[in-house]
Amino acid sequence: MHSEDVHKRFGRLEVLKGVSLEVTKGETVCIIGPSGSGKTTFLRCINHLEKIDDGRIEVNGQLIGYRQKKGKLVEDSERNIARQRTQIGMVFQRFNLFPHKTALENVIEAPVHVLGTPKEQAVGLGKALLGRVGLADKVDAYPGKLSGGQQQRVAIARALAMGPALMLFDEPTSALDPEVTGEVLSVMEELARAGTTMIVVTHEMGFARKAANRVVMMDDGLIIEDGTPEHFFEAPTHERTKQFLSKIL
Amino acid sequence: MHGLVAVDWHVIWQQVFHPSHVLFRTLWATVYISVASQAAGVLLGLLAALARMSRFAPFRWISGVYVLIFRGTPLLVQIFYVYFAFSWPSLHFGFWTVPDAAIAGIVALSVNEGAYMREIIRAGIDSVDRGQMEAARSVGMTYGLAMRRIILPQAARVIVPPLGNEFNNMMKNTSLVYTIGVFELFAFSEQNYSQTFIADYFLAIAVWYLVLTTVWTFIQALIERRLTESERGEELSFRERLENAWNPMAAWGRGIQHR
Ligand SMILES: Nc1ncnc2c1ncn2[C@@H]1O[C@H](COP(=O)(O)OP(=O)(O)OP(=O)(O)O)[C@@H](O)[C@H]1O
Ligand SMILES: [Mg+2]
Repeated sequence: MHSEDVHKRFGRLEVLKGVSLEVTKGETVCIIGPSGSGKTTFLRCINHLEKIDDGRIEVNGQLIGYRQKKGKLVEDSERNIARQRTQIGMVFQRFNLFPHKTALENVIEAPVHVLGTPKEQAVGLGKALLGRVGLADKVDAYPGKLSGGQQQRVAIARALAMGPALMLFDEPTSALDPEVTGEVLSVMEELARAGTTMIVVTHEMGFARKAANRVVMMDDGLIIEDGTPEHFFEAPTHERTKQFLSKIL
Repeated sequence: MHGLVAVDWHVIWQQVFHPSHVLFRTLWATVYISVASQAAGVLLGLLAALARMSRFAPFRWISGVYVLIFRGTPLLVQIFYVYFAFSWPSLHFGFWTVPDAAIAGIVALSVNEGAYMREIIRAGIDSVDRGQMEAARSVGMTYGLAMRRIILPQAARVIVPPLGNEFNNMMKNTSLVYTIGVFELFAFSEQNYSQTFIADYFLAIAVWYLVLTTVWTFIQALIERRLTESERGEELSFRERLENAWNPMAAWGRGIQHR
């Protein structure tokens, strides 16, 4: 993932003021920062759920959401954008599982109906993925019957089912009870160890310390600090970072 | 026969328990006109609802004007205009002929119904959490696919109850197409009345409308129960379903046992 000088405005409010970030294959990058600093907006821009006003974002060397036309960037067709999104998995704060479908149906929905994977093959893959997130026994359960932690793990399996090149997590544990955040974080740690490329917005500093290759601090629409977890937690250089860390640690 | 309580029970008994095949034919006309009009009305309502939510402004305007006109003018006027302003073909399916007036009636009723369904369908779509569309798109679905597979099935839960009421109204509103010469249930009673001057034919036909709407009430309840079950992800056995229907206490008791 490569982003360059990304700007995003909502009306007159400029939420992203030139965000540049490079995430290489296999890396796990945590984004931290105060509320309203634009973390969610930035993630949503990466899979073009929000249009960007300036700059460019590439995933796997492919420009996201736009294509070059006569030297200018124009928005890509809906179909192409949808195809690009199959490469980018997203896990939401509020899970957003499909409530009318079972755990397994949630996971195989897009492989079958977007990628055209044969049903039996998708079911095999779906069961394997649910097993990987520790829910082999909940295959036929509806989301309404699952705890928040279990729902979020189904959501992770659903995103993984597309075989994405990049996974985006937007505060995946902040809507969970403290006693179940662990089960979700350990799934994510396992993914990070297995070499999944991930961008994780989180305030779970334990996770950042253990699993992240880099931590990035966002403030007021800009990335103000970017370094290893050790750097961050032992010797942050920026005054805002120090303030922020002292508040949440 | 003109006394206040002088009901001609014989006529009613005859028409309700020994209906002639002519009555059955008109009953069938009422049923197929209602079903066809409601089905087409739902489709038109869906199109209008999607147009209403379109990013392309002219679609939104068209949808708005459509609703304004068809909700703001009398259905009877619409029926007459549609019938007399255009020429409609009759359709033949083997033994069964759908006359041109019935086609015109179905068109008018559908277009009118679509205007009401638009609001119902839009409310249903609005009731689905916005995160659902985002999740669907994030796994690579296009707008159309996400609507079809994710949003509309969930919206159905909200759409079906008012849709059922619309259909109930529809079965009664079909009597208006009598005015353009469709031989349906009401026309049957009117014809008998004008030959005999026995008003009880109207009463007998009212009983038939009541039968239609009551049967529909049961079907609607079944559909709604199914929808809420799949939402909660419960698989009830047939026996449990009967118990729930007849004895709410049984269901309550089972809920406690399961806890
Ligand atoms: N659709 C929108 N329309 C208008 N303003 C928006 C929209 N989405 C976000 N914003 C604004 O953009 C700013 C950044 O929001 P964003 O959700 O990206 O912050 P965040 O860093 O994720 O915060 P949090 O930690 O609270 O999740 C906020 O001021 C927010 O009010
Ligand atoms: Mg956020």
